[in-house]
Amino acid sequence: MLDLDAGKYGAYVWPAFAVTALVFAAMIATSLAHARRWKARAQRRDEP
Amino acid sequence: MVWAPAFLSNPERFMAFSRWAAPLFGLIAAGLALWGLWLGFTAPEDYQQGDTVRIMFIHVPAAWTCMFIYVCLGVSSLLSLVFRHALADAAAAAAAPLGAAFTFLALVTGSLWGRPMWGTWWVWDARLTSVLVLFLLYVAYIALRSALDDEAKAGRAAAILALVGLVNLPIIHWSVNWWNSLHQGASVFRAGGSALAPVFLWPLLLMGLAYTAAFGSLWLVRIRGEVWRRRAEALQLRAARA
Repeated sequence: MLDLDAGKYGAYVWPAFAVTALVFAAMIATSLAHARRWKARAQRRDEP
Repeated sequence: MVWAPAFLSNPERFMAFSRWAAPLFGLIAAGLALWGLWLGFTAPEDYQQGDTVRIMFIHVPAAWTCMFIYVCLGVSSLLSLVFRHALADAAAAAAAPLGAAFTFLALVTGSLWGRPMWGTWWVWDARLTSVLVLFLLYVAYIALRSALDDEAKAGRAAAILALVGLVNLPIIHWSVNWWNSLHQGASVFRAGGSALAPVFLWPLLLMGLAYTAAFGSLWLVRIRGEVWRRRAEALQLRAARA
């Protein structure tokens, strides 16, 4: 059974998970954006 | 020539491999994380730490991964210095921001776990300080790469810094044995087996694998971005000379 009630420790447990989710979201977004941006530029410059 | 440099020296082969490997690693990471979190939130509270034990499932994998990434950074830097492989240099450049992010996570989640358990957000003991030094090494590596206009020189200088910084890894690992520390000693990979009950050990190991796979996926994506960037800049230079 899922236990999502962190009781008196909720003020520490949920911020830890929130920060982790935010940092992962930032890593995914910046990595994909960097790769897509340079791929588009390389392909544009490669055109005759 | 050994296999790794031969593989790294061929960007076309790497791009073909990473095109399917990056999303595959990402899917594996997501699946393992969902499984680990499910087990982590169906596990009972720890009898001493209560619900704060669930922070372990995100703190310890972040700490493992930030050290593993530094090993990857060191190996890439060595291959870049010795064999002058552009792809190894791109791999090193791509690893550093991810290493900094995982180290940041280890520090912040550790602080959020330490406050209710130790009664303090931070203490200048050997384990915490050496992990902070790891974070600063990543930041210094990124800063050094961007400080010099000559990318080849910047890559070599940063590679030397990365190799010197490898000395910090055994310090982090054995700091809790060498000095008095608030931080607990090794409890998973240690002589005599894990000190954790299986109900906590399995979600922790699954999350560790999930973090490693996530790093693998993001690393490949970032190396691909570096390859595209260098290709775009080479094409621009060629066009300017024509």
